[in-house]
Amino acid sequence: MGDKVLMKGTEAIGEAAIRADCQCFFGYPITPQTEVAAYMAKKMPELGRVFVQAESEVAAINMVYGAAGTGVRCMTSSSSPGISLKAEGISYIAGAELPCLIVNIVRGGPGLGSIQPAQSDYFQATKGGGHGDYNMPVFAPSSIQEMVDLIQEAFDVADAYRTPCMLMGDGMLGQMMEPVEFHETARRELPKKDWAADGLRGRAHHNVINSLYLNPEELEQHNLHLQEKYQQIKKNEARYEIYNCEGEVDIILAAYGTTSRVCKNVIKMAAEEGIRVGLVRPITLWPFPNEAFEKTVEHTKYGYLAVEMSAGQMIEDVRLVVNGRKPVGFHGRMGGMVPNPEDILAKVRELALEGVK
Amino acid sequence: MALTFEKPKGLTDVPTHYCPGCTHGIIHRLIAEVVDELGVLDKTVGVAPVGCSVLAYDYFSCDMYEAAHGRAPAVATGIKRAKPDATVFTYQGDGDLAAIGTAEIVHAATRGEKITTVFVNNAIYGMTGGQMAPTSLPGQVTETSPYGRNTGLAGYPIRVSEMISTLDGASYVERVSVDSVKNVMRAKKAIKKAFEYQIAGKGFSMVEVLSTCPTNWGLSPTEALTWLRDNMMPYYPLGVKKDIGEED
Repeated sequence: MGDKVLMKGTEAIGEAAIRADCQCFFGYPITPQTEVAAYMAKKMPELGRVFVQAESEVAAINMVYGAAGTGVRCMTSSSSPGISLKAEGISYIAGAELPCLIVNIVRGGPGLGSIQPAQSDYFQATKGGGHGDYNMPVFAPSSIQEMVDLIQEAFDVADAYRTPCMLMGDGMLGQMMEPVEFHETARRELPKKDWAADGLRGRAHHNVINSLYLNPEELEQHNLHLQEKYQQIKKNEARYEIYNCEGEVDIILAAYGTTSRVCKNVIKMAAEEGIRVGLVRPITLWPFPNEAFEKTVEHTKYGYLAVEMSAGQMIEDVRLVVNGRKPVGFHGRMGGMVPNPEDILAKVRELALEGVK
Repeated sequence: MALTFEKPKGLTDVPTHYCPGCTHGIIHRLIAEVVDELGVLDKTVGVAPVGCSVLAYDYFSCDMYEAAHGRAPAVATGIKRAKPDATVFTYQGDGDLAAIGTAEIVHAATRGEKITTVFVNNAIYGMTGGQMAPTSLPGQVTETSPYGRNTGLAGYPIRVSEMISTLDGASYVERVSVDSVKNVMRAKKAIKKAFEYQIAGKGFSMVEVLSTCPTNWGLSPTEALTWLRDNMMPYYPLGVKKDIGEED
């Protein structure tokens, strides 16, 4: 298609989802992602598709559960406190193995927090969030273009593995405007949805969408099946960007989303001072791209510096994979503050001189 | 010999787990008969609740969903919006619908979702072992109202049908009972009408069914029917609460 337009992040999410054949949107307003719902409210009816403003985030995610169970592509969108409310439904969707897209445009927390950008939902997104042993693929774009491209991919991954997928941005990515191009991308072959429950329509047996297993042996088997699926996702779907890490570098920054963009500026600024800095940028937060760290761990002289808009959440995954082979430092801001390049550079300078503590 | 009575096609050949004297089995059968008679089994989708009827998805032979506690009307909304030609019903108890799921039922009704809810009211939480429900009667002794429901402390029962009937999106709301043959026949007629209204696209329809819980009421099945008549019917009067009839 290739039409380049200037779009706000939240509206680009809506347009990308429509182009990915999303048939139903169920949502509830919450800053800073309300424009996703507004965009869908305008566009979906024009296309004969479904938009429902639910009475709550809880209802919205359960509407997704209902629609996803019929086999149509569907989604919801929210921001941090709203995602907490959706956690119940996400657990059920994971348990019932339904494909759908959940957008989280993260704001500061805990509690009502702020409406400014943050990355403090990392644990919630990647370590379950709802109850029970489950995971879901979490895509973390760093530009509006990437956000658009990953929405198609997230829907495909959801269908391929029968899993909810999350697109996790932050308030900055949601609210900024950038030029975007909508491509026709190569699509993977997707399995038939013969499990869908939308009426027998001639089928001999009834389909049931369910996550209840009263027999513990059956539930364990179901859990083992889910874990096997998660292993496949870990093996096949981890995504990352390695930037400026060729040869030996002094420090490698580890950052995703908006923070990784700030880090790219830091790399330029550091180069002017003769400090060689690289970046590992996870694009999927779950599965965590361990490979990107394996590939770079021998290249960094003083180790890694995790930069996050949180108290330090992703750093735990970085430390797990680095496993003591190199030091891992941390620089973070909270409460809706975006780390500024000067502060990160000061930290880099300090580490390059003194070594990562 | 001519066959005079058989299991409706809408039910599977699975024995139910319900307690002796519980009327869930009758209500299941009525829904299945209605689905058969309306010829919509092939496109009917049911949503089971959390509570005693949590396994209803095993008993109905149409496509089924198991919803989270109270969320059945939201799940049904998703199904119906995604597949508007499907006939969608929720089957919900009083804890599910009148406590944790109050928001979902009120808003599904007020949106005029073209779904049908069968609301089974037995004035108690059955599955968890007889605790006070939003529908437990003033003075009723339950596990969590051991001195009798004190309205000063625990508030009053919710008359769900009367409440839902005030909402513009509701097309048909009736309260029935399955305590006698006559009332079972009336209940079936109401359930059929509720499904017909949905199929005609008239909006949200609901049938509240007064039901027994001999186990948790601590009564024999026949005593339970008497208790229902003597105590529930005066508080929850039977009859049509709303019917938009031929209106659009």
